[in-house]
Amino acid sequence: MPATDTLSTTFAALADPTRRAILVRLADGPATVKELSEPFEMSGPAVSKHLRVLERAGLIHRGREAQWRPRTLEASPLREVAEFAGEFRRFWDASHARLDTYLQRLQEGERTR
Amino acid sequence: MTTVARTGVTTYETPTDTDFVITRAFAAPRRLVFDAHTDPKHIRQWMLGPEGWTMPVCEIDLRPGGAWRYVWRKPNESDLEMTGTVREVVPPERFVTTESWGPEWPETVNTTVFTESEGLTTVTLTMTYPTKKARDEARATGAEGGMDQSYARLDELLARLV
Repeated sequence: MPATDTLSTTFAALADPTRRAILVRLADGPATVKELSEPFEMSGPAVSKHLRVLERAGLIHRGREAQWRPRTLEASPLREVAEFAGEFRRFWDASHARLDTYLQRLQEGERTR
Repeated sequence: MTTVARTGVTTYETPTDTDFVITRAFAAPRRLVFDAHTDPKHIRQWMLGPEGWTMPVCEIDLRPGGAWRYVWRKPNESDLEMTGTVREVVPPERFVTTESWGPEWPETVNTTVFTESEGLTTVTLTMTYPTKKARDEARATGAEGGMDQSYARLDELLARLV
Protein backbone atom coordinates (compact mmCIF):
# COMPACT_ATOMS: atom_id res chain seq x y z
CA MET A 1 0.00 0.00 0.00
CA PRO A 2 1.49 3.39 -0.94
CA ALA A 3 2.61 5.24 2.19
CA THR A 4 1.19 8.52 0.89
CA ASP A 5 -2.37 7.22 0.60
CA THR A 6 -4.53 9.17 3.09
CA LEU A 7 -6.68 6.23 4.03
CA SER A 8 -3.62 4.07 4.87
CA THR A 9 -2.09 6.85 6.94
CA THR A 10 -5.36 7.29 8.82
CA PHE A 11 -5.64 3.56 9.50
CA ALA A 12 -2.06 3.37 10.71
CA ALA A 13 -2.76 6.24 13.11
CA LEU A 14 -5.95 4.55 14.33
CA ALA A 15 -4.20 1.22 14.89
CA ASP A 16 -3.34 2.12 18.49
CA PRO A 17 -5.84 2.14 21.40
CA THR A 18 -4.22 5.15 23.12
CA ARG A 19 -4.47 7.21 19.96
CA ARG A 20 -8.10 6.19 19.47
CA ALA A 21 -8.86 7.19 23.06
CA ILE A 22 -7.17 10.56 22.46
CA LEU A 23 -9.36 11.19 19.42
CA VAL A 24 -12.49 10.24 21.31
CA ARG A 25 -11.48 12.70 24.07
CA LEU A 26 -10.87 15.46 21.51
CA ALA A 27 -14.33 14.94 20.04
CA ASP A 28 -15.60 16.65 23.20
CA GLY A 29 -13.45 19.70 22.53
CA PRO A 30 -9.83 20.90 22.40
CA ALA A 31 -7.45 19.75 25.15
CA THR A 32 -3.88 20.40 26.20
CA VAL A 33 -1.18 17.73 26.25
CA LYS A 34 -1.42 17.65 30.05
CA GLU A 35 -5.19 17.07 29.93
CA LEU A 36 -4.78 14.39 27.27
CA SER A 37 -2.09 12.62 29.34
CA GLU A 38 -4.19 12.38 32.50
CA PRO A 39 -6.22 9.22 31.71
CA PHE A 40 -3.11 7.28 30.70
CA GLU A 41 -0.37 5.80 32.82
CA MET A 42 2.13 7.22 30.46
CA SER A 43 4.82 9.88 30.49
CA GLY A 44 4.24 13.23 28.80
CA PRO A 45 6.82 12.45 26.09
CA ALA A 46 5.08 9.12 25.34
CA VAL A 47 1.78 10.90 24.88
CA SER A 48 3.48 13.57 22.77
CA LYS A 49 4.76 10.83 20.51
CA HIS A 50 1.21 9.61 19.92
CA LEU A 51 0.09 13.18 19.30
CA ARG A 52 2.77 13.59 16.65
CA VAL A 53 1.51 10.49 14.84
CA LEU A 54 -2.05 11.85 14.93
CA GLU A 55 -0.84 15.22 13.76
CA ARG A 56 1.10 13.78 10.84
CA ALA A 57 -2.02 11.85 9.84
CA GLY A 58 -3.95 15.14 9.83
CA LEU A 59 -6.30 13.88 12.54
CA ILE A 60 -5.51 16.66 15.00
CA HIS A 61 -4.00 20.10 14.83
CA ARG A 62 -2.24 22.33 17.31
CA GLY A 63 -3.89 25.54 18.41
CA ARG A 64 -2.00 28.83 18.41
CA GLU A 65 -3.04 30.01 21.86
CA ALA A 66 0.16 30.77 23.79
CA GLN A 67 2.09 27.96 25.42
CA TRP A 68 -0.98 25.76 26.02
CA ARG A 69 -1.33 24.89 22.39
CA PRO A 70 -4.48 22.81 22.79
CA ARG A 71 -5.02 20.00 20.32
CA THR A 72 -8.17 19.97 18.19
CA LEU A 73 -9.74 17.09 16.33
CA GLU A 74 -9.72 17.17 12.53
CA ALA A 75 -12.73 15.20 11.39
CA SER A 76 -12.28 14.92 7.64
CA PRO A 77 -9.86 11.93 7.48
CA LEU A 78 -12.20 10.09 9.88
CA ARG A 79 -15.09 10.76 7.56
CA GLU A 80 -13.15 9.08 4.79
CA VAL A 81 -12.63 6.04 7.02
CA ALA A 82 -16.33 5.90 7.90
CA GLU A 83 -17.34 6.19 4.27
CA PHE A 84 -14.93 3.47 3.32
CA ALA A 85 -16.21 1.14 6.03
CA GLY A 86 -19.80 1.93 5.11
CA GLU A 87 -19.12 1.28 1.44
CA PHE A 88 -18.55 -2.41 1.94
CA ARG A 89 -21.67 -2.91 4.02
CA ARG A 90 -23.69 -0.84 1.61
CA PHE A 91 -22.49 -3.05 -1.21
CA TRP A 92 -23.57 -6.29 0.45
CA ASP A 93 -26.74 -4.95 2.07
CA ALA A 94 -27.97 -3.63 -1.27
CA SER A 95 -26.87 -6.70 -3.22
CA HIS A 96 -28.47 -9.13 -0.78
CA ALA A 97 -31.75 -7.20 -0.78
CA ARG A 98 -31.73 -7.46 -4.55
CA LEU A 99 -30.93 -11.18 -4.36
CA ASP A 100 -33.97 -11.69 -2.10
CA THR A 101 -36.24 -10.27 -4.78
CA TYR A 102 -34.41 -12.05 -7.56
CA LEU A 103 -34.65 -15.48 -5.88
CA GLN A 104 -38.34 -14.90 -5.26
CA ARG A 105 -38.84 -14.08 -8.92
CA LEU A 106 -36.92 -17.15 -10.03
CA GLN A 107 -38.99 -19.40 -7.79
CA GLU A 108 -42.26 -17.89 -8.98
CA GLY A 109 -41.07 -18.48 -12.54
CA GLU A 110 -40.39 -22.12 -11.76
CA ARG A 111 -43.83 -22.63 -10.26
CA THR A 112 -45.72 -21.14 -13.20
CA ARG A 113 -43.68 -23.08 -15.75
CA MET B 1 -20.23 -19.62 14.74
CA THR B 2 -23.07 -18.69 17.07
CA THR B 3 -24.86 -16.43 14.63
CA VAL B 4 -28.33 -17.50 13.65
CA ALA B 5 -28.73 -16.21 10.13
CA ARG B 6 -31.89 -14.30 9.41
CA THR B 7 -33.58 -13.37 6.20
CA GLY B 8 -33.60 -9.70 5.37
CA VAL B 9 -30.49 -8.86 7.42
CA THR B 10 -26.85 -9.30 6.52
CA THR B 11 -24.53 -9.94 9.46
CA TYR B 12 -20.88 -8.87 9.54
CA GLU B 13 -18.46 -10.45 11.99
CA THR B 14 -14.78 -10.82 12.77
CA PRO B 15 -14.62 -14.13 14.68
CA THR B 16 -10.84 -14.49 14.36
CA ASP B 17 -7.94 -12.10 13.79
CA THR B 18 -7.79 -12.68 10.06
CA ASP B 19 -11.35 -13.56 9.09
CA PHE B 20 -14.19 -11.36 8.04
CA VAL B 21 -17.51 -13.17 7.85
CA ILE B 22 -20.69 -12.12 6.09
CA THR B 23 -23.85 -14.15 6.75
CA ARG B 24 -27.36 -13.99 5.35
CA ALA B 25 -30.28 -16.39 4.99
CA PHE B 26 -32.49 -16.56 1.90
CA ALA B 27 -35.93 -18.08 1.44
CA ALA B 28 -34.93 -20.37 -1.41
CA PRO B 29 -33.52 -23.86 -1.90
CA ARG B 30 -29.76 -24.31 -1.59
CA ARG B 31 -29.25 -25.31 -5.22
CA LEU B 32 -30.83 -22.09 -6.45
CA VAL B 33 -28.88 -19.91 -4.02
CA PHE B 34 -25.66 -21.69 -5.00
CA ASP B 35 -26.39 -21.04 -8.69
CA ALA B 36 -27.21 -17.40 -7.94
CA HIS B 37 -23.67 -17.05 -6.49
CA THR B 38 -21.76 -18.95 -9.16
CA ASP B 39 -23.54 -18.46 -12.51
CA PRO B 40 -22.77 -15.13 -14.24
CA LYS B 41 -26.26 -14.91 -15.73
CA HIS B 42 -27.60 -14.77 -12.16
CA ILE B 43 -24.73 -12.88 -10.49
CA ARG B 44 -24.99 -9.82 -12.73
CA GLN B 45 -28.66 -9.49 -11.79
CA TRP B 46 -28.03 -8.84 -8.13
CA MET B 47 -24.37 -8.46 -7.08
CA LEU B 48 -24.45 -4.80 -8.00
CA GLY B 49 -24.14 -2.94 -4.73
CA PRO B 50 -25.89 0.44 -4.40
CA GLU B 51 -28.21 1.73 -7.14
CA GLY B 52 -26.70 2.79 -10.42
CA TRP B 53 -24.01 0.17 -10.91
CA THR B 54 -23.95 -2.45 -13.65
CA MET B 55 -21.67 -5.40 -14.19
CA PRO B 56 -20.44 -5.31 -17.80
CA VAL B 57 -17.93 -8.09 -17.08
CA CYS B 58 -18.84 -11.17 -15.06
CA GLU B 59 -16.76 -14.20 -15.95
CA ILE B 60 -16.10 -17.33 -13.92
CA ASP B 61 -14.38 -20.48 -15.02
CA LEU B 62 -15.98 -22.53 -12.26
CA ARG B 63 -13.42 -25.29 -11.67
CA PRO B 64 -10.28 -25.56 -9.56
CA GLY B 65 -7.61 -23.33 -11.08
CA GLY B 66 -10.16 -21.42 -13.17
CA ALA B 67 -9.97 -17.62 -13.34
CA TRP B 68 -12.76 -15.20 -12.55
CA ARG B 69 -13.16 -11.48 -13.18
CA TYR B 70 -15.88 -9.00 -12.27
CA VAL B 71 -16.08 -5.38 -13.40
CA TRP B 72 -18.61 -2.89 -12.03
CA ARG B 73 -19.45 0.33 -13.83
CA LYS B 74 -21.34 3.50 -13.04
CA PRO B 75 -21.48 6.74 -15.08
CA ASN B 76 -18.97 9.30 -13.79
CA GLU B 77 -17.22 6.76 -11.53
CA SER B 78 -14.12 4.73 -12.22
CA ASP B 79 -14.65 1.06 -12.94
CA LEU B 80 -14.18 -1.35 -10.06
CA GLU B 81 -12.46 -4.58 -10.96
CA MET B 82 -12.10 -7.73 -8.92
CA THR B 83 -10.21 -10.82 -10.04
CA GLY B 84 -9.12 -14.15 -8.63
CA THR B 85 -8.81 -17.87 -9.01
CA VAL B 86 -11.25 -20.65 -8.22
CA ARG B 87 -9.79 -23.12 -5.72
CA GLU B 88 -12.57 -25.53 -4.92
CA VAL B 89 -16.13 -26.15 -6.09
CA VAL B 90 -18.53 -28.54 -4.36
CA PRO B 91 -22.04 -27.79 -5.69
CA PRO B 92 -24.32 -26.92 -4.00
CA GLU B 93 -22.39 -26.87 -0.70
CA ARG B 94 -19.42 -24.59 -1.06
CA PHE B 95 -16.93 -22.86 -3.29
CA VAL B 96 -13.56 -21.33 -2.50
CA THR B 97 -11.86 -18.58 -4.49
CA THR B 98 -9.07 -16.09 -4.11
CA GLU B 99 -10.02 -12.44 -4.53
CA SER B 100 -8.03 -9.34 -5.28
CA TRP B 101 -8.99 -5.70 -5.84
CA GLY B 102 -5.59 -4.91 -7.29
CA PRO B 103 -1.90 -5.01 -6.46
CA GLU B 104 -2.16 -2.55 -3.54
CA TRP B 105 -4.74 -4.71 -1.76
CA PRO B 106 -4.09 -7.96 0.10
CA GLU B 107 -5.44 -11.05 -1.65
CA THR B 108 -8.12 -12.86 0.34
CA VAL B 109 -9.26 -16.47 0.30
CA ASN B 110 -13.05 -16.46 0.15
CA THR B 111 -14.97 -19.52 1.29
CA THR B 112 -18.71 -19.46 0.60
CA VAL B 113 -20.75 -22.16 2.34
CA PHE B 114 -24.42 -22.90 1.69
CA THR B 115 -26.54 -24.75 4.25
CA GLU B 116 -30.26 -25.43 4.00
CA SER B 117 -32.70 -25.87 6.85
CA GLU B 118 -36.49 -25.59 6.92
CA GLY B 119 -36.71 -23.93 3.55
CA LEU B 120 -34.02 -21.34 4.30
CA THR B 121 -30.57 -21.33 2.80
CA THR B 122 -27.86 -19.71 4.86
CA VAL B 123 -24.91 -18.29 2.97
CA THR B 124 -21.72 -17.78 4.95
CA LEU B 125 -18.92 -15.95 3.16
CA THR B 126 -15.64 -16.09 5.07
CA MET B 127 -12.93 -13.80 3.74
CA THR B 128 -9.53 -14.75 5.12
CA TYR B 129 -6.83 -12.08 5.06
CA PRO B 130 -3.08 -12.78 5.24
CA THR B 131 -2.78 -10.79 8.49
CA LYS B 132 -4.97 -9.03 11.05
CA LYS B 133 -3.49 -5.70 9.96
CA ALA B 134 -4.43 -6.36 6.35
CA ARG B 135 -7.96 -7.24 7.35
CA ASP B 136 -8.41 -4.23 9.58
CA GLU B 137 -7.06 -1.85 6.98
CA ALA B 138 -9.05 -3.31 4.14
CA ARG B 139 -12.30 -3.64 5.97
CA ALA B 140 -12.20 -0.86 8.53
CA THR B 141 -13.48 -3.39 11.00
CA GLY B 142 -13.72 -0.73 13.68
CA ALA B 143 -17.06 0.07 12.20
CA GLU B 144 -18.22 -3.52 12.08
CA GLY B 145 -18.82 -4.16 15.77
CA GLY B 146 -17.36 -6.86 17.98
CA MET B 147 -14.15 -4.89 18.31
CA ASP B 148 -12.38 -3.72 21.41
CA GLN B 149 -14.01 -0.99 23.39
CA SER B 150 -12.03 1.89 22.06
CA TYR B 151 -12.96 0.84 18.54
CA ALA B 152 -16.57 0.81 19.65
CA ARG B 153 -16.13 4.35 20.98
CA LEU B 154 -14.44 5.39 17.79
CA ASP B 155 -17.39 3.95 15.95
CA GLU B 156 -19.72 6.20 17.95
CA LEU B 157 -17.44 9.11 17.24
CA LEU B 158 -17.57 8.40 13.52
CA ALA B 159 -21.34 8.12 13.68
CA ARG B 160 -21.48 11.55 15.32
CA LEU B 161 -19.19 13.16 12.78
CA VAL B 162 -20.58 11.74 9.59
